[in-house]
Amino acid sequence: MSSVYQDSKGRPLVAVTGMGLVTSLGRGKADNWAALSQGKSGIRTISRFPTEGLRTTIAGTVDFMEVAPYSAAALSAAMALAAGSEAIEQARIGSKAAFPGPLYLATPPAEIEWPQRRALYDQAAGSERGYKRLLAAARAGNWSELQSLCQFASVAERVSGELGTRGLPVSISTACASGATAIQLGVEAIRRGDTDAALCIGTDSSVQIEALIRFSLLSALSTRNDAPEAASRPFSKERDGFVMAEGAGALVLESYQSAVARGAEILGVVRGCGEKADDYHRTRSKPDGTAIIGAIRNALLDAGAAPEEIDYVNAHGTSTPENDKMEYLSLKAVLGDHLASTPVSSNKSMIGHTLSASGAIEAVVSLLTIQNGFLPPTINYAPPDPEIPVDAVGNQGRAANVRTVLSNSFGFGGQNVSLLIAAA
Amino acid sequence: MTLKTSSNEVLITGVGLASSLGADAEAHLARLFSGAPVTPAVDEARYAPYPVHPFAEVDFSREIPKKSDQRQMELWQRIGVYAAGLALSDAGIARNPELLDRTDLVVAAGSGERDTKVDCEVLEKLGPRDDAALLAKEVLPSALRPTLFLAQLSNMLAGNISIVHNVTGSSRTFMGEEMAGLAALENAHRRIAAGQAGLILVGGALNAEREDLLLGYEIGHNLWRGSHCPVWDREDGGGFVPGSIGAFVVLESKAHADARKAKPYGRLVAVETGHAQRERGAIVRTLADLLGRMRGLLPDGELPTLSGASGKRPATCEERVFLTQLASQNLNPIVRAYGSLLGHGVEAQFPAGIALAALALKSGRLPPPGGPESIEQPLSAPPQRVLVTGVGHWRGEGLALVEAVA
Repeated sequence: MSSVYQDSKGRPLVAVTGMGLVTSLGRGKADNWAALSQGKSGIRTISRFPTEGLRTTIAGTVDFMEVAPYSAAALSAAMALAAGSEAIEQARIGSKAAFPGPLYLATPPAEIEWPQRRALYDQAAGSERGYKRLLAAARAGNWSELQSLCQFASVAERVSGELGTRGLPVSISTACASGATAIQLGVEAIRRGDTDAALCIGTDSSVQIEALIRFSLLSALSTRNDAPEAASRPFSKERDGFVMAEGAGALVLESYQSAVARGAEILGVVRGCGEKADDYHRTRSKPDGTAIIGAIRNALLDAGAAPEEIDYVNAHGTSTPENDKMEYLSLKAVLGDHLASTPVSSNKSMIGHTLSASGAIEAVVSLLTIQNGFLPPTINYAPPDPEIPVDAVGNQGRAANVRTVLSNSFGFGGQNVSLLIAAA
Repeated sequence: MTLKTSSNEVLITGVGLASSLGADAEAHLARLFSGAPVTPAVDEARYAPYPVHPFAEVDFSREIPKKSDQRQMELWQRIGVYAAGLALSDAGIARNPELLDRTDLVVAAGSGERDTKVDCEVLEKLGPRDDAALLAKEVLPSALRPTLFLAQLSNMLAGNISIVHNVTGSSRTFMGEEMAGLAALENAHRRIAAGQAGLILVGGALNAEREDLLLGYEIGHNLWRGSHCPVWDREDGGGFVPGSIGAFVVLESKAHADARKAKPYGRLVAVETGHAQRERGAIVRTLADLLGRMRGLLPDGELPTLSGASGKRPATCEERVFLTQLASQNLNPIVRAYGSLLGHGVEAQFPAGIALAALALKSGRLPPPGGPESIEQPLSAPPQRVLVTGVGHWRGEGLALVEAVA
């Protein structure tokens, strides 16, 4: 094997040959990039369910996928299929409904939702109450349709079935780092030589009454309901929480060698993946940032790259007071003086926090940033937080020559993943 | 996927197992591997008509010393964090910051636990009204607890293991019923074999004593109703009897284990997984294909086999056909369905099988035959290797081979 196909550690180089996107800004890379580069927001008032009386009434919902009957699992699957199909089409890999590699799918845990729980409850006759009644209804009826939605493997099953991926479809959850973990698993499989190609998808459709209230109870969400498009304000002084959002991102990863051999267009490479678990707290990161710092350093180490090689940071940038500050301090610790000349922007200012999908969506946007030579802005960047003195690409995107992007994803449960994504 | 030649040996250097039959590996050695007959611990009344295997009396403080940590978790997380701690202690890694800092964590998890009391209250308050506005405005905000949300996130078992045991290498949680366990073991095995990791804590947990869990499976009519019986004997559509299980193992490259003089239970030689679409005969074909990939590692004759069969049909029947047909390959599988004894651990089922295989090698025994004589025959000699099967009640097939270290 020629060394041009290997990285500095002698492992197969991992290329990206296909990408797909769905966010609240639209379906497909073209529409999304047009909106993201112009600083448009996809955040709006929730219309999916009544929100009267709730502290947060806004989200980046995906309302255009025409999923009927609607359920979170069905929407997750539809978005994953749309993004996955777009990525496969671009990569021109495999034959119809036969992707030549495994599926790594980041997806929220599936569960029975309230309308379904109520339908079950209504179905049972008799005097039983509570779960006894739900179980009696389950026992007596045919709920196979519901079952097919509520299995935790259901979204992966549908996606793998329609796209024809090989082997056991892998569903993963590392909370808000899930999308990056999916990519990491694909990179590792290709480096091991287990496969020449992998389909890595992150999808999330969590804007449900209960999930919204749960996040709200953790005081994690923005309550700027009056101006939805101005609610997500990463790195600004007045940020007050994240905005829940939906979407999917997909990447076709291939060994560089096999991509070249079949004449595929190479859109970029995943140079390195870094991870470090945090043992401090269930929802907060270590005050000294060592776990986040560890993840970023491990990504650089894995890639054999120096901090100075990072041209741009696609930040996790959730717009919560704590995340943005911790992310800055950690970047400062790793990049040092180089941070001052490194633009750092957050796609979440426009598309909100797509949770399980965000790592995959933001990896795609990182590659589009490289391809287009243009930095998407952090919108709503006013006034800047003086404690976070970064070039946040505030409010206006701008042209820039970008070869190497650091993309961060952090999640509840001490999950920290950083990816180093670079031009081909 | 086909497996490239593995370069690094993968050893099992720690076992953490807790179930209805006992609070640790020692208890399982005594209950299952002493040669004495085994009576499963089954509660048939509490969730009738669904029998479950309730978790043994366990002092969680042994592995989760802080009460505040215990309070932050629901039972499935406590079971998992406890079993993970047992495995770390057994491997000699617990409380060793230098090792824990680079221990990678791989967890198989379902969704977390719901507060069933709250669900019932909400259903009562809603009454016959299909009123989403009422749900949003009045009922849910006052009924939900912030901490419970964290019990509902699948990756929070891993998160709690990091917090309680300071396991802070990487952390990955796989989902998808039995497939979660298959994917977790396969991922851990391949990373060590390929030199991508040296030390991995891998496993899963299930709390069977939950009505919300029962509901999730009964909407697909997957649960066994009525009296407990061996998985092979469950007629009609069959079904599984959920078992509360926490099962973790420490996997380690031989080089890493040798360097710290860790004593292995055995070698995890192969983990192979498949995904049949389950038309008639598909499971038999898929398992045969998986076995084909490791046939070269199996001498002819007796093949001690720990079957993870759930009892759900047709999956369990097809697995039995596969095992019976091994005779044509000069293999004589001596089968024990551990699901008949511990119940079905879903995500934790395959990890439990690996843990039990390690104990079988250590004890030189299998559990006594507990099913039909045609499939569960006596074993003639101490096992030198154990085949573990994992056939999901709905999807996912896997085989693992654990071998004695000379």
